[in-house]
Amino acid sequence: MTVKVSLTVNGKPASAEVEERTLLVNFIRDSLRLTGTHVGCDTAQCGACTIHMNGRAVKSCNMLAMQAEGADLVTIEGIAKADGTLHPMQEAFRQHHGLQCGFCTPGMVMSAIDLVKNFPDPSEELIREQLDGNLCRCTGYHNIVKAIKAASQTMRS
Amino acid sequence: MATPYIGASIKRKEDYRFLTGAGNYTDDVALPGQTHAHFVRSPHAHAKIKSIKKDKALKAPGVVAIFTGDDLAGAKVNGLPCGWLITDVNGQPMKEPPHPCLAQGKARYVGDHVAIVIAETYPQARDAAELVKVDYEELPAVVRAAEARKNGAPVVHDIAPDNTCYVWGLGDRAAVDKAFSGAAHVTTLEFLNNRLVPNAIEPRAANATYSRADDSYTLYVANQNPHVERLLMTAFVLGLPEHKVRVVAPDVGGGFGSKIYLYAEDVVCTWASKQINRPVKWTADRSESFVSDAHGRDHVTRAELALDREGRFLAMRVTTTANMGAYLSTFASCIPTILYATLLAGQYTTPVIYAEVTAVFTNTAPVDAYRGAGRPEATYVVERLVETAAREMKMSPAEIRRRNFIKTFPYQTPVALLYDTGNYEATLAEALKIADVAGFQGRRADAARRGKLRGLGYSCYIEACGIAPSNVAGALGARAGLFEAGEVRVHPTGKVTVFTGSHSHGQGHETTFGQVVADRLGIPMEDIDIVHGDTGKILFGMGTYGSRSIAVGGTAIVKAVDKIVAKGKKIAAHLMEAAEADIEFKDGAFVVRGTDKKKAFAEVSLAAYVPHNYPLDKLEPGLNENAFYDPANFTFPAGSHICEVEVDPDTGTVSIVNFTAVDDFGKIINPMIVEGQVHGGLTQGIGQALTEGCHYDKESGQLVTGSYLDYCMPRADDVPAFKVGTKETPCTHNPLGVKGCGEAGAIGAPAAVMNALTDALGVRDIEMPATPQRIWRACQESKMKKAA
Amino acid sequence: MYSFSYQKAKTVADAAKVLAKDGDAKLLAGGQSLIAAMKLRLAHPSAVIDLGTIKELSGIKGDSKAVAIGAMTRHAEVASSAAVKKAIPALASLAGGIGDRMVRNMGTIGGSLANNDPAADYPAAVLALGATIVTNKRKIAADEFFKGMYETALQKGEIITSVSFPVPKRAAYMKFKNPASRYAIVGVFVADSGSGVRVAVTGAAPSVFRVAAMEKALAAKFAPESVANIAVPEKGLNSDLHAKADYRAHLVTVMAKRAVEAAMK
Repeated sequence: MTVKVSLTVNGKPASAEVEERTLLVNFIRDSLRLTGTHVGCDTAQCGACTIHMNGRAVKSCNMLAMQAEGADLVTIEGIAKADGTLHPMQEAFRQHHGLQCGFCTPGMVMSAIDLVKNFPDPSEELIREQLDGNLCRCTGYHNIVKAIKAASQTMRS
Repeated sequence: MATPYIGASIKRKEDYRFLTGAGNYTDDVALPGQTHAHFVRSPHAHAKIKSIKKDKALKAPGVVAIFTGDDLAGAKVNGLPCGWLITDVNGQPMKEPPHPCLAQGKARYVGDHVAIVIAETYPQARDAAELVKVDYEELPAVVRAAEARKNGAPVVHDIAPDNTCYVWGLGDRAAVDKAFSGAAHVTTLEFLNNRLVPNAIEPRAANATYSRADDSYTLYVANQNPHVERLLMTAFVLGLPEHKVRVVAPDVGGGFGSKIYLYAEDVVCTWASKQINRPVKWTADRSESFVSDAHGRDHVTRAELALDREGRFLAMRVTTTANMGAYLSTFASCIPTILYATLLAGQYTTPVIYAEVTAVFTNTAPVDAYRGAGRPEATYVVERLVETAAREMKMSPAEIRRRNFIKTFPYQTPVALLYDTGNYEATLAEALKIADVAGFQGRRADAARRGKLRGLGYSCYIEACGIAPSNVAGALGARAGLFEAGEVRVHPTGKVTVFTGSHSHGQGHETTFGQVVADRLGIPMEDIDIVHGDTGKILFGMGTYGSRSIAVGGTAIVKAVDKIVAKGKKIAAHLMEAAEADIEFKDGAFVVRGTDKKKAFAEVSLAAYVPHNYPLDKLEPGLNENAFYDPANFTFPAGSHICEVEVDPDTGTVSIVNFTAVDDFGKIINPMIVEGQVHGGLTQGIGQALTEGCHYDKESGQLVTGSYLDYCMPRADDVPAFKVGTKETPCTHNPLGVKGCGEAGAIGAPAAVMNALTDALGVRDIEMPATPQRIWRACQESKMKKAA
Repeated sequence: MYSFSYQKAKTVADAAKVLAKDGDAKLLAGGQSLIAAMKLRLAHPSAVIDLGTIKELSGIKGDSKAVAIGAMTRHAEVASSAAVKKAIPALASLAGGIGDRMVRNMGTIGGSLANNDPAADYPAAVLALGATIVTNKRKIAADEFFKGMYETALQKGEIITSVSFPVPKRAAYMKFKNPASRYAIVGVFVADSGSGVRVAVTGAAPSVFRVAAMEKALAAKFAPESVANIAVPEKGLNSDLHAKADYRAHLVTVMAKRAVEAAMK
């Protein structure tokens, strides 16, 4: 059976007919062709699929598309300004070499923005603790932590 | 001119696309009319396949086709080849059992690929896969290396009745035995080097399409070396003309070795795309990756070090059993031999060494190179032995190392390698300073007051990178060359596209290689693009592994750039009516020496493509050059790692409170990128030491750690902020003086962590991964010992 | 994931009706366990009834005596609730330590309790604080609620609507996490109500349980040393690759001691 899912993505309305069992991440990647949101595991541990739903970071691989019906979603494609200027978190990741292969990066950035929203002035220790829902195999986290710390300062100012 | 790019931490060119979700990974590729595949995999570690019934599945909604081993055999599809022939101690070739792309008659590990189900959607393929009825007759399984050769052990392959692939040796056994018999002290350790699952966060994926128009194939695949993938697949497995297959490895989300290999799934999707005349797409889910990606490490070792009274190393003797898994993966056979035993000299003057390696088959996933590949295992042997010997002989761990360091170069080791350069005392001295080793006793006492145990551990590693001189590798059994290729295409306007056979999947080649070319040509980096990962664009490539990209791939590019400059000089000489010998190239311009006459690089480029005023009788138009570079020797990055840990004996929790790495990678092109490589490597090394252990159940052969719920990937709060430093002794045999940096962290870290942990606990050894439970047990045992 | 039919429930009664008719239907709260199980094809419900849009199931009400939390209240909301932080800081802190930040933004207290995963955190708080689980049919005391691994006192068609926690004099939760999954290998919640002490342990056994010996000792003297030498028997404890039963038993004592220390701060 198919159902129609309608919602807002990155400020624009979007809808598609999908099977009821469709995960939100597949709806985003396959139906909307927004392929910046990634899938790195099947047990909701790696966080590569992190997006914002109604202002909160969620793992889009661990919910049904139907659970997001009517919701306001932001994906990695919707973070930079329309003219291409990077969001302060994206820019901090670039400045501090907080990414290597780039695969965990969209989820990491979306999670980090949510982190700073909840903890505007996080310590290094708190950043590490609050990153427990995102796995990165390349960077050893060192530069990710630095980037988030730096972004928290620019985002406050 | 000062070099503006080499040595500078230039921000990466690739970051913008990754940060904005514009990367293009294999699973992002959607081909018109594509179908979706799911593989039926063996749920048993070892079983006879009596029959496969697919009729019911074929009728399921959306199913397009189902193929099994019989279909592949009928189509004369061969098995997967192994790229390295090891010759055993008796001069016999290793046992090479067939490695069918879909199981034939038998499944040999949990996850072994049995059939492919192709459907209109992925969920349909997965639903139908459950309807494929495979009649298995379960057989007893063997999963541990130590048990594979025991009497009565289940036999994995009939051609190897004792489950032995080879018994191989390196070094002078008689001389070693003699040195041991006269030694003042012998340190002996026995340990496991734990099996790891590489776990690149992007799971493996393939999307293959066939074109009837010209009988050609295109395969998009998450792979580290598309040309090697194509060569192996066409020449050895499918028997297709090589020029009719294009392999594209687009953005790849990490590899760490696990994406070097030709995998069965890639072959089967490619083959099937012609059978159904539609694209076939497959993306592993993580559970599938756990059971089907090639794993790493998995050694059982007994190691002995003979010393004289002053702590000088006299000899080393190492016996290792290496688990190959159920089949030989692409480079499996050379990892525990050529890339392991040759590194057992470490940074030391140990005069004689003998290593014997037995490779065994078991009912587990194939084992192959994983970040470091043989060298972490060798470093673990050497550095655990050295630290243990220091403790036994009541010497400082720094002093025993200094006393045995190689100090003059070049140095011929007793295990075949010729080190060209190094300065081990310098990296150790710097590490001691950064780690504040002088203040350690104070910190230890402070921890003790808080009821905690502190320990300090060293690891002075060496690795052989820049793999490898092809003739040397060939003599050792390599079935491929190990050069690299590059092409520099100068466009009429002086802009440049560089094509390289080194694939980048996190290493930042688009930036680092751009820096090299920009400096060499004296033009802005913005004028240069680096292209990699497509056999349709790039002349050839041996790919990315063994920290070889800058040393081998970078040198190939440099050679091609030098050819461009040489040709440019000829053109410029003509344009300025000067002798070619009087032309020099500097700051991006061709200058007549001693005059102010010059032609900018772009002017010369334009002349090459608009050859009106041009020596057409002597010189071809155009400005495009290729180069192949085959290295003269390995490169030898080395360094010193110092780890400080604190253990909570009540729970067994360990935290790394300080980790210092001082590395000598030769000349460094981009310090920011190099540091990033070190951080990542260290974290994987710490993962091996403390968190990651791939565990198969001994009885059932099931993979117990088959997801992130049980396989512990290091998270941000498992590792500290790293303190890193570098010393530069340039490599002597490549023009950039570079050595490579990708694997160092993973090579050095496990021994440093375990030396620190055993120091903290006051125990001789503890098994990796040293999980809280294992540490707690070690604490309990030493408590009981103290009480007794 | 196997296919199923999906429906959004408009009211609790609505959901109960479907549940009563279809024994293989499942309620979807936050879905952080259910969807994960369905993805791995370990769960195969015929229908999924989404409670996500029933507004009255969400929210937190608190006073000096008790805190009532709606079943669909997300862990993140509990963790950041001023009312919970003021009345039962240990409960806010427990909620702030469940899963990870993204999981906490979806996962709900009702879903967690109905699932009764042996390694879940909330059951420890519910049992130690002596909370009351309110359903569409009745009120269930914590001591009656948890029946075994993934088993509860909930009957067919019964839906948790809220949970009421009495405010203790002092309380704390200490968790020793599984290094891989970060679920509790052992989690100990200690609550001193003023009239008695309750100690509840999650993660260690197939279902949450109380430790009478520790409760008695703490009632006599609320101090870490009171529990330092009380060991729970190994028999019946979970035993796996990450923690064998003896290690879990040991950790119960250590976590209990640390929870008491924390509660006294």
